Amino acid sequence: MRRPRNAAPGECGGRPPTKNARSAVIKRAAVNRHLATFGRRLKAGELGSVPVLLGLAAIWMVFQALNSQFLSARNLSNISVDMVGTGMIAVGIVFVLLLGEIDLSVGSVSGLAAAAFAVLNVNLGMAEGVAALVAILVGSATGVVQGFFFAKVGVPSFVVTLAGLLSWNGLMLYILGSTGTINLDDEGLVALLTSYYFNDVAVAYTLAAAGTAAYFLVSYHDSRCRRSLGLGSRPLGDIALHTAMVAVAVFAAAYVLNRFQGLPLALLIFLLVVIALECILRRTLYGRAIYALGGGVEAARKAGLKVAWVRISVFTISGTMAAVGGLFLASRVASASQTSGSGNLLINAIAAAVIGGTSLFGGRGSTWSALLGALVIQSIASGVALMGVPTAAEYMITGGVLLLAVVIDSLSRRAQKAHGRI
Amino acid sequence: MTSGATPPLLALRGVSRRFGAVRALIDVDLEIRAGRVIALVGDNGAGKTTLVNVVSGVDPPDVGVIEWEGRPVRITHPRDAQALGIATVHQDLALCENLDVVGNVFLGREIHSYGFLDEPVMENRTRDLFRMLSARVPDLRLPVATLSGGQRQTVAISRSLLGQPKLILLDEPTAALGVEQTAHVLECIDDMRDRGLGVLLITHDLGVVKAIADRVSVLRLGRNNGFFDVNTTSQEDIVSSITGATHSDFKYCEQDEIDWEL
Repeated sequence: MRRPRNAAPGECGGRPPTKNARSAVIKRAAVNRHLATFGRRLKAGELGSVPVLLGLAAIWMVFQALNSQFLSARNLSNISVDMVGTGMIAVGIVFVLLLGEIDLSVGSVSGLAAAAFAVLNVNLGMAEGVAALVAILVGSATGVVQGFFFAKVGVPSFVVTLAGLLSWNGLMLYILGSTGTINLDDEGLVALLTSYYFNDVAVAYTLAAAGTAAYFLVSYHDSRCRRSLGLGSRPLGDIALHTAMVAVAVFAAAYVLNRFQGLPLALLIFLLVVIALECILRRTLYGRAIYALGGGVEAARKAGLKVAWVRISVFTISGTMAAVGGLFLASRVASASQTSGSGNLLINAIAAAVIGGTSLFGGRGSTWSALLGALVIQSIASGVALMGVPTAAEYMITGGVLLLAVVIDSLSRRAQKAHGRI
Repeated sequence: MTSGATPPLLALRGVSRRFGAVRALIDVDLEIRAGRVIALVGDNGAGKTTLVNVVSGVDPPDVGVIEWEGRPVRITHPRDAQALGIATVHQDLALCENLDVVGNVFLGREIHSYGFLDEPVMENRTRDLFRMLSARVPDLRLPVATLSGGQRQTVAISRSLLGQPKLILLDEPTAALGVEQTAHVLECIDDMRDRGLGVLLITHDLGVVKAIADRVSVLRLGRNNGFFDVNTTSQEDIVSSITGATHSDFKYCEQDEIDWEL
């Protein structure tokens, strides 16, 4: 008898396997399948957000080792508010990158929106809500104009938005006139965007619980719909595992934020925007059209999609998000000036989207990459500031991280090519 | 004569299309009937793909009439063709590499409620379609970029069958395929004919023409250069018509058309 004595009962001839053994075998098979899928994805260059999470962990550990204040509740909370302006702009960039295009005008548009708001509200006395709305619509309008020249006239997006970068900056300087810096109302709505915190610890924890529950319910509902049609569905254990991971992440964030001043309003709005737009990208006709255009314009055209309309709308979203980001940035410094939206804001926004895992080549990405990328960039900025080294170092480190992200993007694309994809 | 009783599914009359100085199609006529496979052959640059683009609405004609079931129609957008019941499998397959199989099959015709995609239902219908074609794809949720040439062809053909079309245009469906996969595609085409669909099959392969087509229409330098009945025409005649060794004149074609109708 060569069979080992401790062989599972199910493997002995004749007797039917016990229920436990069978479920253990099924579980093991499921785990193996998961590992195999993960390995295949890794080899095929579908890394998703794994590299950016690893990178973020590395950056946090290095800066914490250099300065013990880095991972303090106060600093992490500040990072979470500071990243919102760039992050909002990066969300718009994600949409444009999904088409395989680029929008270089977002920095200027954000400055233009901030200036428009300041002039309308402070100088002309328009009500704050209306002025903010007009400023955001100005951003949308810049997107419509650029989208029109790109989609209908056929000018490459790079050139259209480069012209936009100059023109919108010029328009901003024109409407600011000789006023120079305009200070916003410290108690106003826009200023509150980045200065308001939900001091009650219950708010952060309640939202964390609600978010976890929502994640579980959506996953469970999807899985049940699929099972009712006889399609392969995620096992309950898999959903539970992912829900647990989400729970750990959001409750840890809530705990840290509550140790400072509570959940920042800016972060809450940013999360809601990211989740809502991700839902549009993944689950709606419109989102499917965006991915389709990124995967093959000709194929999308032949399938009857309205290519020009989708393109114009995507540039409109980019302009709108740039304006929203501009308001958050103005809110953070409680002013708008001739330097609003200048400097390396544009580069940071594009870098955030790419670092977060959205491909420069179109068709791959998610709005979460804007959040993760903005978090990485703001972490570097904050860490460098804590160490008291000059901005020169910040630029070089951010540049290095961006290069690394693009290298990962290109390598994963090459891996996909090697697998006969693309 | 029965031609008065049932008008052809699709008829092109005097269709021309030019791209700048290049005349891609000149005064082309074509008739396709339900339950028939018409092969469209011709050398490179004869205008075969342009003709497909004209009928599928990708590239509307400059001049000429398109008749659908006997009445003139205008096809100026892929949607118009889809609405009539014309499905197209383009030579480049027109698949979005980054979308999964289900996404590609339903591209442009997604099932949704209030704009939100109904993925489970779409996946279910894709699975049924693939079963009907007895086609195999490892996973309907894999991006199309991971599939082999034959599998991509299957995806493109399943997509064309989705809206229960009456006419299918296949632009070189077997060009990139091996022997076994070609045989499978031909079975699919045979199956379509049995179900009463009209099929326009573009191919370079006269073996495929002999194996599956009922009629052959030859294009040469953008013009009609003969209609043949596959069963009564030798391969040499078709070849000489493609290469221009013979110029079949139009009277002969019409005569031939009538013979076929009887």
